[in-house]
Amino acid sequence: MTDPLMLTGVSLALFVIVGAIAVASSILVVSMRNPVHSALFLLLTFLCVAILFVSMGAEFVGAVQVLVYAGGIMVLFLFVVMLINVKALPKEKVFTATSMMGVLMGVLLFIILAIILASGTWAPAVNAPENLRTAVVVKTTPVVDAGGATIQTETVTRDVVGNAEAVGMALYRDYLVPFEVASLFLLVAMVGAIVIGKRELDASEEEAIPEFIAKKVSDEDRLKEVTGA
Amino acid sequence: MSTPTRFSSMPYTGPAPTNRSPYIPKGVDAIDKRGEEIEAKIAAPYVTSVPGQDLPTFIVEREKIVEVLRKLKEDTELRFELPVDLFGVDYPRRPEGRFDVVYQLYSFKNNERVRLVVHTDEDKAVPSSLPVFQGFDWFEREAWDMYGIKFDGHYNLRRILTHEMFQGHALRKDYDPAQRWLLTEKDVAKIVPVVEHHPEDSDFEQVTLNLGPSHPATHGTLRIVVTLDGERIIGADTEIGYLHRCFEKMSETHTYQQVIPFTDRLNYCSAIINNVGYCMAVEKLLGIEAPPRAQYIRLVLSEFMRIADHLVCIATNVLDMGALTNFWYLFQPREEIYQLVEACCGARLLPTYTRVGGLSVDAPANFLDMAKTLVKKLPKHIDDAEKLLLRNRIFLQRVEGVGAITRESAINHGYTGPCLRATGVAYDVRKAHPYMGYETYDFDIPVAEGGDTLARTLVRLEEMRQSLRILRQAIDRGLPAGPVIVDDPYVALPPKEKVYNEMESLIYHFKLIMHGIQPPVGETYFQVEGGNGELGFHLVSDGSKNPYRVRVRPPCFAVYQAFRKMIVGQTIADAIATLGSLNIIAGELDR
Amino acid sequence: MSATLPVVASLFGSIPEPMVQWVVWPTIKFVIAFAIIMGIVAFTTLVERRVLGFMQARLGPNRVGPQGILQFVADPIKLLLKEDIVPAGAQKAAYFIAPMLPIIPAFLVFCLIPFGPPPTFAITDVNVGLLLILALTSTGVYGIILGGWASNNKFSLLGGLRSAAQMVSYEVPFGLSIVGVLMLSGSLSLVEIVHRQELGVWNVLPQLVGCFIFLVAMTAEVNRAPFDLPEAESELVAGFHTEYSGMKFAFFFLAEYASMLVNACLIVILFFGGWTLAIAGKGLTTETMQTMGWLGLSLGFLIFAAKVAFFMILYIWFRGTFPRYRFDQLMELGWKWMIPLALVNIVVTGIVILLVRNGGA
Repeated sequence: MTDPLMLTGVSLALFVIVGAIAVASSILVVSMRNPVHSALFLLLTFLCVAILFVSMGAEFVGAVQVLVYAGGIMVLFLFVVMLINVKALPKEKVFTATSMMGVLMGVLLFIILAIILASGTWAPAVNAPENLRTAVVVKTTPVVDAGGATIQTETVTRDVVGNAEAVGMALYRDYLVPFEVASLFLLVAMVGAIVIGKRELDASEEEAIPEFIAKKVSDEDRLKEVTGA
Repeated sequence: MSTPTRFSSMPYTGPAPTNRSPYIPKGVDAIDKRGEEIEAKIAAPYVTSVPGQDLPTFIVEREKIVEVLRKLKEDTELRFELPVDLFGVDYPRRPEGRFDVVYQLYSFKNNERVRLVVHTDEDKAVPSSLPVFQGFDWFEREAWDMYGIKFDGHYNLRRILTHEMFQGHALRKDYDPAQRWLLTEKDVAKIVPVVEHHPEDSDFEQVTLNLGPSHPATHGTLRIVVTLDGERIIGADTEIGYLHRCFEKMSETHTYQQVIPFTDRLNYCSAIINNVGYCMAVEKLLGIEAPPRAQYIRLVLSEFMRIADHLVCIATNVLDMGALTNFWYLFQPREEIYQLVEACCGARLLPTYTRVGGLSVDAPANFLDMAKTLVKKLPKHIDDAEKLLLRNRIFLQRVEGVGAITRESAINHGYTGPCLRATGVAYDVRKAHPYMGYETYDFDIPVAEGGDTLARTLVRLEEMRQSLRILRQAIDRGLPAGPVIVDDPYVALPPKEKVYNEMESLIYHFKLIMHGIQPPVGETYFQVEGGNGELGFHLVSDGSKNPYRVRVRPPCFAVYQAFRKMIVGQTIADAIATLGSLNIIAGELDR
Repeated sequence: MSATLPVVASLFGSIPEPMVQWVVWPTIKFVIAFAIIMGIVAFTTLVERRVLGFMQARLGPNRVGPQGILQFVADPIKLLLKEDIVPAGAQKAAYFIAPMLPIIPAFLVFCLIPFGPPPTFAITDVNVGLLLILALTSTGVYGIILGGWASNNKFSLLGGLRSAAQMVSYEVPFGLSIVGVLMLSGSLSLVEIVHRQELGVWNVLPQLVGCFIFLVAMTAEVNRAPFDLPEAESELVAGFHTEYSGMKFAFFFLAEYASMLVNACLIVILFFGGWTLAIAGKGLTTETMQTMGWLGLSLGFLIFAAKVAFFMILYIWFRGTFPRYRFDQLMELGWKWMIPLALVNIVVTGIVILLVRNGGA
């Protein structure tokens, strides 16, 4: 544990291979002509990123990455792509007159980001076990003097190793307000999407039922009508 | 429309009729009197009453037919609301026009029928009766397909039973049945259902899905083309005729007895009812009646077959909804019913048990005991199935309000049988026109409200119980003694021992085999209550050994034509559930 | 394991100790488990047919071997020898990959499931085990959706789409129904969850609603009756695997049964005490089993197997009893009943836990 940033042996090999696959497949996502293929490569990218998370010791984030992105969002992507049945995109020139400009801008952006990142200080590696330890308040007892005034609070803490708990503690204790605000924003966005996407269900829906189709009859009425026996 | 390019102009050269005596129906005076009354009521110069028929019959001028149909339907005292049948008959070289278009209507109010005949020709179009009776939709298409009779104003006068590439019109007397056509799918127009239901603007692409003719849920060879918006059906069309085998044409080249095996193949789930219906139609034409023992056995087996038919319908219907176990529970009693049929005549599915004038052989000695055991066993099976279905919430959710049809639409589309009774109309041929002594039995007509899949299932379940009630009464009465076939040498073969020992019997045997039964000249209609509705046989006799025309009124045909309207706005799963509950038997539908 | 470990470990003398503990042992365990699971999955198909036969007053396969028990060998042989038909116009690559996709997560999940008292019967014990299992099972849908799309058949496509919508919808109540258990146990580790139950009561009692939702959702997750819409034979012929034949079809089949087994194991571990038969620390607890040696450990495994077998039969029982749901009804059940119920369950559980804790404090 000399330099936590240094990857060695198996982890290094894993990082290089999985990272290469992730980069390659993310390039394929934008370059594939068939939207279903693009979606599948995006899935592969997500899975590779999840593996990278796990190899960094963040099993929780890795699992959630698979659960949410691979298990939920990508399925819906595929669902929509298949339902609207988008045919393969028409062949187009990849390199046009503006592409050189794009490359130039990309390189510039990379340089700027590299400078900014290089000037920062690195936080200790997250995969060091001691960094996963979080002090959790188990019990807080006020210590009272003879007169009944609180002189101090005695806090019993426990170290937590599992990083699910660490994430939980971070989200629900340290950053509770930002977390709640973010979830409120998401809720607003969701309600907005539903309002915009909702189809008009009004009286015309009732009229759409042809006269031909009989009205519903309650069970009791129906059973009453069955004569005999 | 196809034009007969290779049409053979073969003139009609059938065997010369030998029996020239006219057919005089029972109670003809009363029928004629009623005919005159109805004629007076319509009071139109273009309607002429025809006396001497088994139903009040009128010849109507071609252009005025829709008007007459409307009058008959809307007259408050007549109310001929149910379109029973429409078909053509071909009389080549007849001066007043080569074709008859025969309409038959039924009035629930007065429990009576009326027959209308329109004379037309190859080039004279008959006004389509669709504005009055939607139920004649497919019947008109069939008349076009089989005879080339044109119907003016029909929205979709395509071929229905034969292939679109077929040339000529098969039931014309001058159509040579030996011709062969090369039928390819190349030039056949693709079926694209008309989108009738626009629930709302949808962003999703509409998918056209083809169900059948070979699909697990069609139980036979039906084809349904649906346009889907997601899972919802927004347009549907049906195509039939995949099992068409020219029953009616074949009958014209066979003797009356030889037609019986063909009738087995109509509704093969309840074949004996078809046998009985056809034989009784011929018996009506001959003016004879089967002996009581034969009538009794026919009745008992008919009721058992009705139960078997309903069992199959419910079983396959729930199987399509994914309920595997009910299927096996319901097929067990059916198996036992077939064992009884097998004991009677050796065959199971296609028994050909009846003969004109009676039965082919007598029932076995233990017939009553077998029937008794079966009647004891069956209620438990039916109760079990009912419990498994009606106490299952998933089943109820799947069938309630699914494939519903209003009472008015059902009547207007010519519905009969359980599908009509599920809309609350208590019409049953066994009560309306009793035959085989049904009037002496005590039973009810079960009806249900709603006209949906659940209502149809409930009606079928209850009908099985009513059939059991009839059977219990029949078993209590016991098997009547006597022969099982009439003692008439012109109808029934003499017993073998007599043929070998008596000259006279040998001659009768020879005559019957060689020249067949020769009924008097005339036409008649007889209806029985089949597994899924009124099964009618209209026979036209020219006095020869072969029927001049055999027309089957298939109950499925009328029921199925409304199917495409019933499923629009519902999901595919609903369409499958509805299809199963209508009990469409392709053998009967396509003939 | 403790007794045999040195003996076996001496075989890997040259391999460093952590390597043996983290790589060699899990690999051996996984290979054994894989073989057993393949056998169980194949055998389940036979059991299903016999049990269904019994329920439907018929025999079921009884010709291959005594009482037909070799049928499960005959079926794969038949499928292996069948002609492999690739439909014209199929998306070749996707069509070939699709059958493999659902089988990988289905078997991978077995790495995370303890079949008996640890550490012998637990291949690994990850502290986010349950989350990983959920993540892996959620990816099982890709084979189905891809197979449906790649077959170039409308029935397959509809089956695939139904399946995607169904699995995504039921993933939510599936995950939410577990939350109550997690709140009671305070851990995502399956071993830990079982341990909490043997000290208290089986989770099925305090989490009856959760257990019920889990049972429904797990049936829907593996597309079994009454939620077998993706392959509803009367509507969609065979749904997503209409165009698949031979071994490719068998892969879908194996994946379905493996997922059934996974879910049966999960419900036993989460709600029915896993391999233990103990209440409030009394009875056959993990500790008792571990002290009894091999006998105790195998007893634990057998108890676990018996519980799992019950739930496997329950799947078959469902199939023999219920008709199939309609698609909109299925969605309604999922979104309008299961998810709100699961959320209410979580809230109630949380309130009760707080009340008990504060009452105790």
